[in-house]
Amino acid sequence: MIWLTWRQFRTQAAVVLGALLLLGACLAVTGPGLAHDYAARGGGAQGATDFLEQVDGTGTTLYLVGSLTVLLLPALLGMFWGAPLITRELDAGTHRLVWTHTGRTRWLAAKLGVVGLGAMAACGLTALAMTWWAAPIDRATAALEGRPGPSVFTFARLHPLMFDMRGVAPFGYAAFAFLLGVTIGLLVRRTLPAMALLLAAFTLTQVFMATSVRPHLMTPVSATAPIDASHLTFVGRGGGVEVTVDEPGAWITSQHTVKDGRPTSPPSWVVDCPAQAREGSADCYGELAAQGYLQRVDYHPADRFWAFQWRETVLHLALALALAGFCAWWLRGRAF
Amino acid sequence: MSPTPLLRARDLGRKFRRRWALSGCHLDVPAGRITGLVGPNGAGKTTLLSLAAGLLTPTSGTIEVCGGRPGSRPADVGFVAQNTPVYGRLTVAEHLELGARLNAGWDMALATERIARLGLRPGQRAGSLSGGGRAQLALTLALAKRPRVLILDEPVASLDPLARHDFLRELKDATERWDLSVLHSSHLVSDVELLCDYLIVLVASRVRVAGDVRELLATHHLVESPAPAGAHVVSAGPGTTLVRADAPPPGTVGTVGLEQLVLAYLEAHR
Repeated sequence: MIWLTWRQFRTQAAVVLGALLLLGACLAVTGPGLAHDYAARGGGAQGATDFLEQVDGTGTTLYLVGSLTVLLLPALLGMFWGAPLITRELDAGTHRLVWTHTGRTRWLAAKLGVVGLGAMAACGLTALAMTWWAAPIDRATAALEGRPGPSVFTFARLHPLMFDMRGVAPFGYAAFAFLLGVTIGLLVRRTLPAMALLLAAFTLTQVFMATSVRPHLMTPVSATAPIDASHLTFVGRGGGVEVTVDEPGAWITSQHTVKDGRPTSPPSWVVDCPAQAREGSADCYGELAAQGYLQRVDYHPADRFWAFQWRETVLHLALALALAGFCAWWLRGRAF
Repeated sequence: MSPTPLLRARDLGRKFRRRWALSGCHLDVPAGRITGLVGPNGAGKTTLLSLAAGLLTPTSGTIEVCGGRPGSRPADVGFVAQNTPVYGRLTVAEHLELGARLNAGWDMALATERIARLGLRPGQRAGSLSGGGRAQLALTLALAKRPRVLILDEPVASLDPLARHDFLRELKDATERWDLSVLHSSHLVSDVELLCDYLIVLVASRVRVAGDVRELLATHHLVESPAPAGAHVVSAGPGTTLVRADAPPPGTVGTVGLEQLVLAYLEAHR
């Protein structure tokens, strides 16, 4: 069965492998230079800004292309490898041929094993390559203390928009997206609707994961930060404020203004405070502090990145295994 | 009939969503014979054969193949599905390799000999084969397993007359060369006449007539209408009536052909 699966899969595998090897080669060639440039700058926010400002067009392009590849590859492989895995056989009727030569469970196991491990390797290794290549940029972005950096280098790697593009979690995402595609294909039995449904379902689960599950995988650190020019990152039209904490690369999950230990809204005149540290700002924020306004911030420090990565990897692998079990159960004795 | 029939079905039924494709089917297919299963479209032939091949499980009743649960011994049963599916992207030779890898008892000599004799190029992709070539490849895959039982679900339905004839001749040749029980469904009586020595007519899940082909022909007679009182009338026509009797009854005007016999049973249960 493994032979048949590999024989059916090898062309698609070669196409994806070729594209990823090309990306990998670009990363391998430019990576050491990037690391050298980073090491040549001083530390701190200023050194980080200097470094990010001198990253050239090639570096910027690779940063975007590589990150987006890691982000989109699980969904793409779920669509093009997962969803058609069973529907293609059902369309051609070849399941009626192969199921009289081998058991359905063995057939499914070989298909899921070969193609699933292929998808995991493709996504996971690309993510690891990207994690290595972009490490200087990610470190510099984190060092900006919560403010957006120059060019496209906006978010640290613990930020929900970056987290999916780095580390080991893409191994889990690939397994989950692939099996979600297989499962949807098995249930809908038609290739194109299954591909569309997989894309929608996987996007929704990833957004749900980032916004509603991941923040709770570890208990956030609670801290109180002053509302002043060096911490303020956002002032809303209604006077709502957001601040950053003195922890480079931290992921702030929630914050609100407090006064005398109770949640409140900042006074409306805070809108007129200068957002930059310049003349008049000290008076403005001094008055805010004098009246007892503080910002309560829940956040995850940057050094939790790998802890989150492993937790999310295990979570997605468990989901993928559950889906594989469901597929095996669904195949048994059902009419196809 | 030998003690363990090729297939035994008791009150067998299969429901798809709300529709019963087969219900209350009692059926015995003898072992060691080449049985033709004939019936109109929708009689439940494909459902019955899928149940026999273990591709479906019954909704009600029981079915045994060679005395066991269908699909419990896949090595014993060769199956050629309707439209004879093969992997379009795989070559002929790769199909044989697939068979060898999936079946412990695979007879590669038989498979390659058949492929060569049929003029199929080993390097050709199965997707570019003619309908007849594809059917022959599917039959080769089923035969080279060296099964005890071969189940074919209208394998020749979509083939042109020549390809159909070739296919059936190959099949007959194989059954003559070694001990093989065959259950072959078709809605073409001519196919059955060419190949089979046992006939089952299935209409709406019920067996309308079953028996040795020669015996059936010998015990059915065309008599002048009206048939004599007490005769077992199969179907009455304006001029002649088909009756079933061991000896030709009085008023017999002729013998009956297989086509006519099957048609009479189909007509009677329309």
